[in-house]
Amino acid sequence: MDLVQLQRQLVDYRTSLYHEGFLDEQFTQLQELQDENNPDFVVEVVSLYFEDSERLLNELSKALEQQIIDFKRIDAHVHQLKGSSSSIGAQRVQKLCIVFRNYCEAQNVEGCLKCLQQVKHEYSIVKTKLESMFQLERQILNAGGSVPV
Amino acid sequence: MLFKCWDKVSTYGFKLHHHYYQLIGSKRVSKSWWRKLLLSWLIGWTVVSFWIFCYMSSQATEKRKETLASMCDERARMLQDQFNVSMNHIQAMSILISTFHHGKNPSAIDQTTFARYTERTSFERPLTSGVAYAVRVLHSEREQFEKHQGWTIKRMDTLERNPVHKDDYNPDLLEPSPIQEEYVPVIFAQDIISHVISIDLLSGKEDRENVLRARKSGKGVLTAPFRLLKTNRLGVILTFAVYKRGLPSNATPNERIQATDGYLGGVFDVESLVEKLLQQLASKQTILVNVLDTTNQSHPISMYGSNASDDGLELVSHLNFGDPFRKHEMRCRFKQKPPWPWLAITTSIGILVIALLVGHIFHATVNRIAKVEDDCHKMMELKKQAEAADVAKSQFLATVSHEIRTPMNGVLGMLHMLMDTDLDVTQLDYVRTAQASGKALVALINEVLDRAKIESGKLELEEVQFDLRAVLDDVLSLFSGKSQDKGVELAVYISDRVPEMVIGDPGRFRQIITNLMGNSIKFTEKGHVHVTVHLVEEVIDMIEVETESSPKNTLSGFPVADRRQSWKGFRSFSQEGSIHPFSDSIRLIVSVEDTGEGIPIEAQSRVFTPFMQVDPSISRTHGGTGIGLSISKCLVNLMKGEIGFVSMPKIGSTFTFTAVFSSSSSSSKEYKSQQINNQANSVCSEFRGMRALVVDPRPVRAKVSRYHIQRLGIHVEVVSNWKQGLSVISQGSNVTHMVLMEQEIWDRDLHGSSLFINNLEKIDHSTPPKVFLLSNSISSSRVNPSTSGVCNLTVIPKPLRTSMLAASLQRAMGDGNKGNPRNGELPSLSLRNLLLGRKILIVDDNNVNLKVAAGALKKYGADVVSASRGMEAIELLTPPHQFDACFMDIQMPEMDGFEATRRIRDSEQNINNHIHFGELSVETYNNVLNWHASDQIPLERTSAYDMPMASIRPPLLWHALRHFNKLHFFPRVNIFL
Repeated sequence: MDLVQLQRQLVDYRTSLYHEGFLDEQFTQLQELQDENNPDFVVEVVSLYFEDSERLLNELSKALEQQIIDFKRIDAHVHQLKGSSSSIGAQRVQKLCIVFRNYCEAQNVEGCLKCLQQVKHEYSIVKTKLESMFQLERQILNAGGSVPV
Repeated sequence: MLFKCWDKVSTYGFKLHHHYYQLIGSKRVSKSWWRKLLLSWLIGWTVVSFWIFCYMSSQATEKRKETLASMCDERARMLQDQFNVSMNHIQAMSILISTFHHGKNPSAIDQTTFARYTERTSFERPLTSGVAYAVRVLHSEREQFEKHQGWTIKRMDTLERNPVHKDDYNPDLLEPSPIQEEYVPVIFAQDIISHVISIDLLSGKEDRENVLRARKSGKGVLTAPFRLLKTNRLGVILTFAVYKRGLPSNATPNERIQATDGYLGGVFDVESLVEKLLQQLASKQTILVNVLDTTNQSHPISMYGSNASDDGLELVSHLNFGDPFRKHEMRCRFKQKPPWPWLAITTSIGILVIALLVGHIFHATVNRIAKVEDDCHKMMELKKQAEAADVAKSQFLATVSHEIRTPMNGVLGMLHMLMDTDLDVTQLDYVRTAQASGKALVALINEVLDRAKIESGKLELEEVQFDLRAVLDDVLSLFSGKSQDKGVELAVYISDRVPEMVIGDPGRFRQIITNLMGNSIKFTEKGHVHVTVHLVEEVIDMIEVETESSPKNTLSGFPVADRRQSWKGFRSFSQEGSIHPFSDSIRLIVSVEDTGEGIPIEAQSRVFTPFMQVDPSISRTHGGTGIGLSISKCLVNLMKGEIGFVSMPKIGSTFTFTAVFSSSSSSSKEYKSQQINNQANSVCSEFRGMRALVVDPRPVRAKVSRYHIQRLGIHVEVVSNWKQGLSVISQGSNVTHMVLMEQEIWDRDLHGSSLFINNLEKIDHSTPPKVFLLSNSISSSRVNPSTSGVCNLTVIPKPLRTSMLAASLQRAMGDGNKGNPRNGELPSLSLRNLLLGRKILIVDDNNVNLKVAAGALKKYGADVVSASRGMEAIELLTPPHQFDACFMDIQMPEMDGFEATRRIRDSEQNINNHIHFGELSVETYNNVLNWHASDQIPLERTSAYDMPMASIRPPLLWHALRHFNKLHFFPRVNIFL
């Protein structure tokens, strides 16, 4: 594929992510933090986010399966997830986390379970999207071009 | 009457003061004391004046009495003397009779002789009206005697019983005397009283007594006063006994009686005599004289004078007429009643009036003082209230402004972020408008807050070392857009003698300049705004040297107001020598000159009054509140400077202020400032040693250009036209690296310009100098076809700033790729300055957040250490440590940010804070951004504003961190990220 076309594709794809609300301003900021000294900053952060989130989601699933549900702990986890999501700009996940926390506060097990499902769903979408984006970027870099900002 | 009035006045006054002294209880004592003093004063003086009256009137009476006494005595003595003279004469006459009548036989004296003699000697006896001689005749001798005389002895008592009138008096009608043992008939008499001849003296009651006493005593004896026969006037008779010869002087009364021959009597007409006497003396009319016989004390017989009883002053003088049996006295009185003692009355009343007046003055004064004190107290009270109200107002303003500012910053931040999202044109426009309004609001709030702070005395200036030129560059860049839009030339010139670094408050200094420049640009449509900074001493020297500068010699060629007028009233100029002793103080004088519309003369007096604008329409056309200049004035005063201006309508205004800074001395502070500036220095070093040529016919403008270029370390030469420039380049031994020319010259002579450029290339040098065009506005140069046609020509937009100039030069000189000109350059650059080399600790339990924040801070050169738990942070931050700052998540498991912060603060308190470089500022951040401009609010009270973790965005991070900039060591500001 032509390099320019790839670059255009990446830009379009990124724009669509913003438009569809998967990502927000924060992600742009993140990208701005990346420079010569720290060329893989975004990827590093996002991978860290993936790791962290998967761990948290597992924890949450486990916690919700318990007989006696420790809402405090769940809340702390959701808070963590919300924080890291907002840090990378995954705003859909972040917004769901807010709803999740409300259920948590109300100690609504059903709501929590429902939310957990939704969060997992959103998370997997964002993960796929981001990964494909990184894929595109890698392709561009491999082709010798520079990633458009 | 007077006293009544007085009482009224004083009671009224008392009433008044009663109220007053109820308010001020402590003064009541003194008030009553005053009243007592006043009362005693009045009483005292009343008594004194009364005493004076008594004293003076008694003195007058005494004097009168003395006068009377002396007059009375004088009269009495005269009367007595004359009487005595008469008496002596009569006595002498008795001896005459005894000698010539009884001693001779026959007698040598008869009635005729006697009458004639007595008549002729009567002048000797002025008091006697007549003299008579009676002989002692025993009954046995009566007949013979009567025969001898030729008349019978007649009795007198019938006469006494039936007093007769003078004219009717006929002695022949008198009865003959009855038979007695003894008779004393008158034989001789003076003619005046010849009617008494033959009358028996013993038959008259008074005469008988007289005769008997006279012969017994042998001295002159007086009768009581009685009505004289015939004349019927009051008189006394003096009787002397004539004894036979040879009677011893110590004979017994009986012997005397036996030896008696006869009796000589003198009639004293007392009344007429005294009259005569008094007439001889002066002031007869002033006194009344009474002569009395007081032999019988209870019934004094009046001898002379009216008997009108008068209880007035009467003086008694005793008279001695030689008869010890009879007592006489003279009583004198003044005819008139004593006059009123007017002198005493007027004197005493005068004294009393004076005393009353003095008392009144005293009373009035006390009242007045009390009233004034009362008023003063009231005023003080009111003043206190007013001041308290003013302070309260200022505090309220400060608080409210602060409270408004905090959320406003949130709003602004959000707007900024909103602008970066995908917005269509309309939305973007709305957001821009909202942001502009918000900024304006914040600016206004800041101004109000400043004003309030100044008024409540809370504003304190910082003492920070700063680069004056950098501050001015900052301000310049702030206004560059505006000035370019308007086509107004903007320039800053700082004298070489002004030191690089001074110690003062850069923020406030900047605020003043911003305000003045803002005003100038606001009101200037064409021409220029020119800021100059000099040392005061330099300007004073300049005044002496500088002659009348030509009006054309200005930055843009427009005439300007004479700026020397603007500092005419400055005190520091007049007392120049006295301020000098502060050797390390730097006194700067800053002038902002514009060619705007000027200030109308009638409005010039209230330029520095807050909220006063030239006229209300100004705020409509130009905006603003009119508070800026008054704040500037306050700030200038705080900097121990003065501010003044000169303004000529239609020509322009020049504002000038002075400010005192201290010169930076080598200290620990220097380290910091160097660190901050090393970047600019690195830029400078690139150009150091290069040579530049400025082509500009206008010296003022060329001076500005030179100033800026020289700051980059470039050697500058100024020429006024092409030809000169060319000759300098070709003849000079040194290589000229760049040529900077004014657009004015370029436009004026396009042909010459291109010729010049061609010539430049022809000159045999390794590299021809780069040519730069100093242009006032970018747009015009772009439009100009000639500029774009020539290559190797770079346009440097004015206003000249060192950073801008450096960037342009860098780019043009071939190594411009280092720069990374993007929006938000300023904050990120500043952030870089701020964070470069700082050791910062971030604490968050969220790995992703930690990573992001670390990335953000590292990007600006910070040395970041991450920690995931509060406990870890506490361990790391136990002094001594190397951290400059710490950012901490508020919400963390185990220990939240607040708790951790508190513990760290506690540990700092236990250990001497100054043990280690850099006091620690623990910053806490969360997914929320929450920062506070003030460090006065305790931790617990902070409230969070929800914001995504966008805090790594440069503007917000900048906001949060800019406080670091103000203080040398990271302070304890509670910035919550």
